Amino acid sequence: MMEALIQKMRQTAKDLLAQGQVEAVYGYSQGSAPMACRPFVARTAEEADGLWWDEFCVLNLVNFLPRGTEGKYAVVAKGCDSRNLVVRHQEKQLDLKEQVTVLGVPCQGMLEPELIRKATQGRESDIREVKVEGDQVKVSGPGFELSLNKAEVTRETCLTCRHPNPVVESVLLAEKVAEDPDRDKDARVREVEALAAGERQDFFRRLFSTCVRCYACRNACPLCYCNLCFVDESKPQWLGKSIEESDTLTYHFLRAYHCAGRCTDCGACESACPVGIPMRILTRKLEKDIKEAYGYEAGLDLEAQPPLTVFRPDDPENFMHE
Amino acid sequence: MSQAEPKVVAFLCNWCSYGAADLAGVSRMPYPPNIRVVRIPCTGRMSPKFILKALLNGADGVWVSGCHPGDCHYISGNMFARRKFAAAKNLLEFMGLEPGRVHFSWCSSAEAERFATLAGKVVGEVAALGPADYMAKAPLDKVAQ
Repeated sequence: MMEALIQKMRQTAKDLLAQGQVEAVYGYSQGSAPMACRPFVARTAEEADGLWWDEFCVLNLVNFLPRGTEGKYAVVAKGCDSRNLVVRHQEKQLDLKEQVTVLGVPCQGMLEPELIRKATQGRESDIREVKVEGDQVKVSGPGFELSLNKAEVTRETCLTCRHPNPVVESVLLAEKVAEDPDRDKDARVREVEALAAGERQDFFRRLFSTCVRCYACRNACPLCYCNLCFVDESKPQWLGKSIEESDTLTYHFLRAYHCAGRCTDCGACESACPVGIPMRILTRKLEKDIKEAYGYEAGLDLEAQPPLTVFRPDDPENFMHE
Repeated sequence: MSQAEPKVVAFLCNWCSYGAADLAGVSRMPYPPNIRVVRIPCTGRMSPKFILKALLNGADGVWVSGCHPGDCHYISGNMFARRKFAAAKNLLEFMGLEPGRVHFSWCSSAEAERFATLAGKVVGEVAALGPADYMAKAPLDKVAQ
């Protein structure tokens, strides 16, 4: 199935580029190591042969698109990525109808390299090939072969995904997959909510204790496109640049807060984190609250207004003093 | 900061709560002296960054007060603010900040008595929690260790 998808992806890209319908095709190319792939831009029909797809294409390509509404391009998008395109359209960062050809990939769940490495029990540097066969993942290298249960090495965000199919697409590169719109995304958030305030302080102190403030989570995020980020502002300087606990907590609070009502839970932030901090817990909490208070899910409707840019006279205010 | 004397940074809208504080003052109404007022043009100007900055720099509590819904000088600044506050307060408390450190209220410029009462409530709740250390910069002598 993967080969057919890649063939169709390359052919579609070639046609689009040869006919001059787009100036560039944003996709992935195969990485130099297994379980890695790179963002890739094809600008000519020949270059389209470099396009690639596998279960590790988790970088959100929306983050790599040119700014503004000039120029036409195509972009490969899974369900979550397509929702980020919608968010960018709503925020007038691109014109999805006129400008973008969406090469939609119905997503069967992406894999988590870290879990696969762990499963090899110390032979991670020997991994040469990782292949999905049905509900099994075959990991092989010199002198060993492993068969893993796919669900056990799938990224957590994909296991709880409600919208694996692209919400907008110009070309669909494979058959749509079954969707479960009622899937429970909030179990982990509820677990943390159930802790006492003091326990939650300890929980988040520990969670972010290894953060090195590299800002990879911010840089990988398709929602972060401000010209000047709050962490780089110096007058006033909102927070220190150290890895002191209060600075780190403040950074993660503000980074998550900026995604309120916009995050599609694509998981690019967690995938980019060099120390493996599960910071999605914060954005998921925000998405849960916003869905409960305003009935809004990000990136599903081109014409919808993002929830923090509008109001209703009867919005809940039970958190305020009477 | 001793437990008896908490510091509360109060962000007050120029057109209402700030006026209420003024009226409470000229009317000689007693309210706790623990609030440090920052005048803002509208609660719509508030950013969660201001709240975080206050906490980082040693405030034990933060209070934001603006015009009643429908009374905003800029028509709807407070209505947008309400959604922002809800999200910010929930997330702050989710991250472990004690409920009772950040406060939001509506208070018109005629409501001096309400302002004094609110100030008492806010300072009371913050005082009950004691000094804030979560999300606050560690004192220099602690860092040196």
